[in-house]
Order: sequence, then structure tokens, then C-alpha cells
Amino acid sequence: MAKPEDALVKTTSVDQLPKIKKRKESRLNYIKRNYILYLFLAPAVVSVFIFNYIPMYGVLIAFQNFSVMRGIWGSDWVGLAHFTSFLTSPNFFQIFLNTIKLSSYELIIGFPVPVLLALMLNQVRRAGIKKNIQLVIYAPYFISTVVIAGMLFMFLSPAGPINSLLGLFMDRPISFMSEPDYFRTIFIASGIWQGAGFASIVYVAALSNTDPQLHDAATIDGASLLQRIWHIDIQVLKPVMAVLFILAIGGIMGVGFEKAYLLQTDRNLPASEIIDTYVYKRGLLAGDWSFGAAVGLFNTIIGLILLVTANQVVKRLKGETLY
Amino acid sequence: MSKLKSNQLLNSSKTDKLILFINKVFLSLIVVIVTVPLLYVLLGSFLQPHILLTRGISFDPAHWTLDGYIRIFQDGTIMRGFFNSIIYATGFTLVGITFTILAGYSLSVDELVGKKFFVIFFLFAMFFNGGMIPTYLVVRSLGLLNTPWAIILPGAVGVWNLILARTYFKAIPNELKEAARIDGASDFMIFWKIILPLAKPIIFVLALFAFIGQWNAYFQAMIYLDDRSLYPLQLVLREILIQNEVQPGMIADQLARAEMQRIAEMIKYSSIVIASLPLLIMYPFFQKYFEKGVMVGSLK
Repeated sequence: MAKPEDALVKTTSVDQLPKIKKRKESRLNYIKRNYILYLFLAPAVVSVFIFNYIPMYGVLIAFQNFSVMRGIWGSDWVGLAHFTSFLTSPNFFQIFLNTIKLSSYELIIGFPVPVLLALMLNQVRRAGIKKNIQLVIYAPYFISTVVIAGMLFMFLSPAGPINSLLGLFMDRPISFMSEPDYFRTIFIASGIWQGAGFASIVYVAALSNTDPQLHDAATIDGASLLQRIWHIDIQVLKPVMAVLFILAIGGIMGVGFEKAYLLQTDRNLPASEIIDTYVYKRGLLAGDWSFGAAVGLFNTIIGLILLVTANQVVKRLKGETLY
Repeated sequence: MSKLKSNQLLNSSKTDKLILFINKVFLSLIVVIVTVPLLYVLLGSFLQPHILLTRGISFDPAHWTLDGYIRIFQDGTIMRGFFNSIIYATGFTLVGITFTILAGYSLSVDELVGKKFFVIFFLFAMFFNGGMIPTYLVVRSLGLLNTPWAIILPGAVGVWNLILARTYFKAIPNELKEAARIDGASDFMIFWKIILPLAKPIIFVLALFAFIGQWNAYFQAMIYLDDRSLYPLQLVLREILIQNEVQPGMIADQLARAEMQRIAEMIKYSSIVIASLPLLIMYPFFQKYFEKGVMVGSLK
């Protein structure tokens, strides 16, 4: 009874062992032979590990009363206390809504502008003129956020040029920067002024790759300009728009922290305090590490959920997907 | 019948022409909206802002002055910021691009053992992060606070850039490498002599974007640097423009209050020009690379 089994074991081992061994050797050999590829990877892996992965582990402090002296393992665990205290705090609703409003208004109003710009630029026949227009409308993209915010403060101040223009129709200057009502408009309008031109590059490029014969054929068939734009140009842009839209939705919770923080004044806080600025003030300025980390984590998770949802929705609708 | 059709064509081309005309009007309007604020700041840095405001562009030479610029050069805070920014942006670009290009090349090799692991390792870092506070604590515990390294190292390897680099390398035909290998070239020589020269465009594009991004950034510097002598340009600008703190050295002399305010206002305009002009002047020369860069990034 034992013999056939032995034989079986023997035959299989004879057949398979060398194969497995050979494959293992070649893997090791491969790494040895190409060690330089791994050397090339090392710096990036190490730096991503240190600055991306260790902070992910550091997120644990969101569930503690973290003290720098006692470290992550010495600090007291408090579970979800920081999350509940954020979610039940009186200003939670306002901060959360501010974040959502600011970014979704920005997305809804700002997203179509570069598309429109590209469609308009695409109708400029003279290449030289088109180039020059592009040169001008890309320029604001290269101005820093600090400078943009500074210009807004200067232009919109009660004694600034905008108010002196409005002074022709109104008797009292508006102090734009200290009115919560104006904050979102200022934020979004300046964002479009700065970024829409540059964001149109992608669409312009996609349009210039369109087969001109499509347009010629449509023209011969009697299609008007608007019909051609609708049935050809827009169709060309759709997949690009889908991808950029998903990305934008994924970024909703991370909206323009740097600019929002600069544009904040004590008096426009009711509209300008968003989650990220709150994290910065409570976590870093006030030194409440754990609370700040908890609020930040909350923000990241909502952002991830939005990204995945958007991806699924667009996938259902169009068959385009990000990953 | 044919007459009708040609009439229709004529009609539609008439509306088409109208639309094209409106298009031109709108585009011109957009160009004006983009340029006017920029020109206003540029003029305001030479013309006194209150004159610009009350009288418009004046050609009276008495109204023109270099005061703002002279104060800035005399005081040195902005110039030091300028110098710091050059160091940070250069360091950030060099470190980041070197790391990114090397890793991107390795990941582009199809038969690389463990490739899947590394790809997932990087991609995960793109979609999930610890957030501001835990990252700050890491930088702090490494002792990088108040050193240039706090600006240069975190975030130098961008996963998105890594993907771009990898995609670019993948498009280089394998036959090139094989041919060199048959000629006896080592892996390093192949990378150095064949791959790198071919990768110049992507290196240039990534470096350009990294440099500009760092030049214009203020946030990392704000949280990681306390020492004022380490401040990059954007932080100095923030004090002047947003917090309205003109450096005492700039207007310390015994000036009347109104005069001080006038000069403080001018300094704002001139410092904006000094901070923005380098990029704005350079950028037309790089325009085609920006287009290329955005294209590499968007169309997989």
C-alpha cells in the first residue's frame, strides 16, 4: 500500500522540485543581476515611506490624547472621543457646510469654463493670434497664491480701485474682505481668473487632435457651426472631461486650503472657515495634535468616499474610469 | 430645390459668421480681464498707487518713482527671501526629480521582480495620506524643523510625477536596450547613455513644474520654519501683503504718517512685481513644454 504512494511522491517531486528551485533561483538571480534597478528605487521608496507611510501610522494619534513626551505607545487611548467632540461641536455644521459649499460651487461654476475657453479658442483660425491669446490667458497660473490674495486685498479694499469704480453708482464703499457674503464669490472668481486659462490646455490639445475631415464632412452635409461644435467638438472632449471631473470630485475635501487661509479675516470667518484651516488652527497653532489629526482624518475619509463614488457613477454612465 | 439648399447654406453661414464675430469679441474681453489687473500692479509699482487711483495713468514724470524698489533693495528682507526661495526651489527640484526619474525607470522595466508590490506601494500613497498633523510630527521628530530640509524633502517625490515618468520610459522601445546589452553595455551604462538622453523632455517638464510649484508655495514654510532668516519669498510677501507688516527697516526714517502709508502701499506693488516677474518673463519660452507636460499627464 505504501509503495505506490511513495512512487507517486517521488515522481511528482522529481518532476516539480527542480522547476520550483529553478524559478526561485532565477528570481534571486534576477535581483542580483539587476540590483541597480533596486538601487534606483530605493531613494523614492524610502522617502515615500518616511513622509507618506509613517504619517499614516501617525494617524493613530487621532484616537489618543497624544503627548509628544510619551509618544504613540505611551499616550492614552480615547477611542472616537475626538471625532464625537468635533461632530457635536457647535461650529461643526458650519465648517463642514463651508467646505462642501466652497468646493462644490467652485466645481460647478469653474469646471465648464476651461471647456468653453477651449471651444472658443478652437474657432480662432489664425495660429499666431491663437498662440498669443493662449500666452496671455495662461499667465495668471504662474502667479503665487500669496500674490493673488494680496492683489485681492489691495483691489477690494474700501479705498481700492474696485470700490472707486463702484463709487460711481454707490455712495458707500463695500469692505469685501470682511463680508462673509462675498467670500465664496471672491474665492471662486479669482480661482477662475487664475486657473481657467491654464486648465484649458488639455481641452485645446484634445481638440487640435481632432480629424479635420470630420468637420469638412459635416459642413458638406449642411451642419452649422453650433451643430458641429455640439456633435463633434463636445464629443471629443467628453472622455477628458470625465476623467478630470472624477479627479476634481476626489479633491473636493482638499479644496484650496492655501488660498482660503490667506483670504480669511476675522470677520469673514463664518463663510471662510473650512475643515483644513480649522485643522491647522486647532492642531498646529493651538497644539491640539490629536483633535487636529482626527478632524484631518475625517476629511480624508470623506474625500476618498467621494472619489470612489464619483468613479463608480461615471463608470456606470460612460465607461470611463480613473483606475 | 438646389436653390433652396444653397440659400440654407448661405443662411447658416451667416449665423456662423455672427457666432464667430461674437466669439472674437468675447475672447478679446477675456484677454482684457486677464491683463488689466496685472498691468495695474505693474504701473502701481512705478506710479504712486493713489495717483493711479485718482488720476489714472499719469505722464507727469513727477508722479513716477522707483521708491518702492529702492526701499526693497535697501532693506534686504525681500532679497533674502528671494535668495532662500531659489535655494529651496532648486533643492526641491533636484532631489525630487532625481528620485522620481530613477524610480520611474525601474518601474518601467516589465520583468522587474516585485514590480506589482512597488506600484501598489506608491499608488496607495497617492490616495491615502496621514494628513497635516501626523506629517508635521514626523518632520518634527526627524529634527527637520527650522532647516531647509523641511521644505526640500517632504513631498519631493510626487507619485503622480512618478507615474508620468514611468509611462514615458515605457514608451522607449526595448530593442534599444537589448542592442546595447549585446554590445556589452552594463545596466547603468544603458540608463546613463541611452535612456537618460531620450528622457530629456520629461525631465525638463517635471523639473519646470516642480520648480514653479515650490517657488510659489508658502504653506510648508509657514508650518515648518520659525526662523525669519530662513523665510522664502512667499512668506515675506505674506507678511507685507496680507498681514500688512511692512518691515521697519523699509520705512523707519522719520516720515510723516501719510508718507509712510504711501510708501508701504508702493512696496506692496513693487514686491509683487519682483516676486512674479521672473516666472512671467521666463514662461513664454517654456510655453510649449507646459502644453507637453499637461498632455503627458492627462492622456494616458
